[in-house]
Amino acid sequence: MSFRSGITRATLAKDIRLEWRSKDAINSMLFFALLVVVIFSFSFDPTAEDSRRIAGGLIWVAFLFAAVVALNQTWARELRNQVLDAYRVSPAPPNSLFVAKALGNFIFVGVLEGFMTPLFAVFYNLRPLGPGWELIPVALLGTWALVVNGTFFAAMSLRTRSREIMLPLLLFPISIPALLAMVRATSAILSGEESIGFWIALLVAYDVVFTMASLFLFETVFEAE
Amino acid sequence: MFPVIVSELSSPPPSAIVALSNLVKQFGRFAALRGITAEFAPGRLYALLGDNGAGKTTLLRTLAGLTRPTRGAISLLGTTDVRAACREVGYMAHPSMLYDEMSGMENLRYFARLYGIEDDAVCSEVIRAVKLDPSLERSVGQYSQGMRQRMSLARALLNDPKILLLDEPFSNVDLGSARDMVGLLAEMRNAGKTLFVVTHQAALLEKVADEFVWIEAGKIVARGRELEPRQPPAEAE
Repeated sequence: MSFRSGITRATLAKDIRLEWRSKDAINSMLFFALLVVVIFSFSFDPTAEDSRRIAGGLIWVAFLFAAVVALNQTWARELRNQVLDAYRVSPAPPNSLFVAKALGNFIFVGVLEGFMTPLFAVFYNLRPLGPGWELIPVALLGTWALVVNGTFFAAMSLRTRSREIMLPLLLFPISIPALLAMVRATSAILSGEESIGFWIALLVAYDVVFTMASLFLFETVFEAE
Repeated sequence: MFPVIVSELSSPPPSAIVALSNLVKQFGRFAALRGITAEFAPGRLYALLGDNGAGKTTLLRTLAGLTRPTRGAISLLGTTDVRAACREVGYMAHPSMLYDEMSGMENLRYFARLYGIEDDAVCSEVIRAVKLDPSLERSVGQYSQGMRQRMSLARALLNDPKILLLDEPFSNVDLGSARDMVGLLAEMRNAGKTLFVVTHQAALLEKVADEFVWIEAGKIVARGRELEPRQPPAEAE
């Protein structure tokens, strides 16, 4: 195991342990996403057909908003007691920390999606008319698109005075292409009307570009005073 | 007001382990360090003294590589690349730099991995060195302030550094624990480490410090082996 991957694994294990003990991010995300589901289900009374058209948008917007809660937590934890400085004075490469944080957020948001998707299906009476398994690559690629940018921008807004506000201001506009692909692909699978090939390709391209850009720029963000 | 003199040492220092040349650090228009030029010999304990805002912590953070100097140069262990020297430097800040939700051993195990140390025995050893119990399962958040400070020191010692930078290690610590820590610092100096200790409790270090360094308004204004700085001739009565 190389030095870099060893640090990534250790940091990921540490983050999962801290989250398991505090449950800060998971509880806030679940509560928030649950609120969205319940409030929207009371606000609208959609037919099964309407649900298939709007559910893609609704589910991903709920996950996006809920993910912001976890993304803010991920770095806030490192600021308490100046723990991040302990990482900065060590020879550990900054990118190992970034990859661990992104993977941790991917797992936390993935757990949220695992809990919330069945609830969405029940509340909105959803049954995909297209191949349901295609939701898996959409969820994996879409979630990575949210967390890789979210982890990067959360780090960037770390030293700003109102970072909770700053993160969505930076993250939401840049997530629009990915969000569009996720929503359109999910709606296409639910309605069974069109192929999702183009949207998957768009998500893959988005993920590759923004993962590379984040890895390239993270060291500068990390070393900033 | 400290005198603007630098006292002579009785013997010239051996080749410097830390050398600062016209070191300047500005935060916007505020200059925290205003052109510090100094050399520090290896194997000595330096006590950095001065009022709040004098620049002591900024100097320590600059040496640790956490703050980049605006101008000037630093040489640590013969290299001007502070990042390259980080394996040989230990830094203890005023906050604990530990995760409150994890035990001391869990914290140290994680930080050891950052230095490529896989052996848990190293963690146990440094915890014992600071007179704590490695098997203590309590989370650091439940430690007393004195225990937290000692665990923080243990974290700084993990990589067996040649240079130790300690920012107010005795703050909020009871006198007995502070004296224990001073004994520990003296042992480290005797083992050949170079220590820079920022403190407002200079009297604690009176018997063990090799040199007191007074900093005022971002400059070193006096250095000497005595705790009381000498008065400049013009001001002496």
